[in-house]
Amino acid sequence: MSIIKVNNLSKSFGGVKAVSHINMAIDGGEIIGIIGPNGAGKTTFFNLLTGIYSPTSGEVIYNLDKEVSSKSFKPHKMTGYGVARTFQNIRLFKNMSIIDNVLLGYHNNMSYGLLSSLFRLPSFYKNETKAYDEALKLLEIFNLLDKKDELASNLPYGEQRKVEIARALAAKPKLLLLDEPAAGMNPNETKELTTLINWIKDEFKLTIILIEHDMSLVMGICSKVFVFDYGTLIASGTPNEVQNNEQVIKAYLGGE
Amino acid sequence: MKLFNKKNILSFLAVLIIYAIAGFFINTGFIDSYIFLNIVLIGINIILAVSLNLITGFTGQFSLGHAAFMSIGAYTAGILTAKLDQPFWIGIAGAALFASFAGIIIGIPTLRLKGDYLAIATLGFAEIVKIIGLNTEYIGGATGLNDIPRYTTWTWLYFCVVATVLFISNFVKSYKGRACIAIGEDEIAAEAMGVNTTYYKVLAFTLGAFFAGIAGALYANYFYFLKPDSFGFMKSIDILVIVVFGGMGSIKGSIAGAILLSVISLFLQGIPELRMVVYSLILFLIMVYRPQGIMGKSDFKFFKKRGVVNVYHQSK
Repeated sequence: MSIIKVNNLSKSFGGVKAVSHINMAIDGGEIIGIIGPNGAGKTTFFNLLTGIYSPTSGEVIYNLDKEVSSKSFKPHKMTGYGVARTFQNIRLFKNMSIIDNVLLGYHNNMSYGLLSSLFRLPSFYKNETKAYDEALKLLEIFNLLDKKDELASNLPYGEQRKVEIARALAAKPKLLLLDEPAAGMNPNETKELTTLINWIKDEFKLTIILIEHDMSLVMGICSKVFVFDYGTLIASGTPNEVQNNEQVIKAYLGGE
Repeated sequence: MKLFNKKNILSFLAVLIIYAIAGFFINTGFIDSYIFLNIVLIGINIILAVSLNLITGFTGQFSLGHAAFMSIGAYTAGILTAKLDQPFWIGIAGAALFASFAGIIIGIPTLRLKGDYLAIATLGFAEIVKIIGLNTEYIGGATGLNDIPRYTTWTWLYFCVVATVLFISNFVKSYKGRACIAIGEDEIAAEAMGVNTTYYKVLAFTLGAFFAGIAGALYANYFYFLKPDSFGFMKSIDILVIVVFGGMGSIKGSIAGAILLSVISLFLQGIPELRMVVYSLILFLIMVYRPQGIMGKSDFKFFKKRGVVNVYHQSK
């Protein structure tokens, strides 16, 4: 059964059709790649999946914990529905430490009230300790344990990307959306990231959708690829099928 | 052992010792009424600055209406103690509740605005409160509210300040406070991580107003007399200056800022003609050479290195 259904999804900004008439169905436990030239509508599509934009027409239906339609999407409710994301232009909390950044990911899983936080009641210590221990484990996975007290803005680019993924994982999602996770990484880092993404998919039992320009990463780990061009879906299939698709080649290289 | 680690016990003792020593000097007359007046002002300013810091420094919501919450608290306490003959604790509780209620009412519509728009909206709110005060006969209108009993003692003042500092620093070190700080850092990312930004902005605003209300009650029951003009635009700016001077997002900075600025202006009273010139010059120099404020974001560092959770972990 597919966990994400996209039905005839469109989004226009004034006269510009950023995304138009997208249909797709995605099964659980896969890594899905979304590729396409610049301005093809990939990030807009992500923003539609995470409630930052609401669709002009059509809808998205998640079937993660329970069935939710894009009519009830709000950005802050998405982690509650089991969806977490990263951003194309890294959005870490720059003046907070790495551990605090990751702890913020646990926001929805914290369950103590205002009085407990003002008076430091036992539930404060219980929740905070649990989240702190889990955050340490996450940082260990990403090899960032020794930098936990560093400010986020002091980390190199590649590691900031990792912190962002760790923060998203802290929200305990079922579906993880990665917007250009390998941007700004060198080939070695990309290789390492490829292994890591594959590993977290199995370890955390996730479905991952990623936007990426780095074809080595996309072709290496995605089981299915969707190709966008001018807001429409021009091709989908396994990496091999897509690579040999004429329309895709035309979109990337141009043609008559 | 959770609550009773070494650091907490030491701070608890320090709080009691400072209270006892200062109380002793006040009772024996070593601290005269003029110095005590200034101590009251410093205490009130600490409460105001720390509570505004929660709104502006931590949550990043630029508010120019903090004096309005103080005036709501002051008038509530004034009415409760002077007109209705209630004891002081009811005055303080009423002031805090009323001010925080005003915080909710104002917060819900205005906190959708950002940056300078929010500043103008809160400024407008403060003016409305002032004009309502000027035109309400029951609370004396422009002539002011008189004959408020003097209940503010060293004990009330000191423990209100301690409670404010304690509760607000506990708050910013909880997940709710972390959500507020995250909103100040990057609203979109905070939202994507599940933070209901409107709720937390209103929460920070309400908590800040709650403590500003307490400051107002202490003010009303010390100075016998209230008039709406004392809580105008300039009072809000004064509080903001303390927060920026001490360091946005630093509670220690707000405390240090409130004390330092009061002491500076106290010393400058010897040269009344040049007082404001020198005072402004000091502010100017601090902002040029230390734009992050005297304490910078030092609370954050403190939190990271030896914060509650870390301390708890090390002491386990």
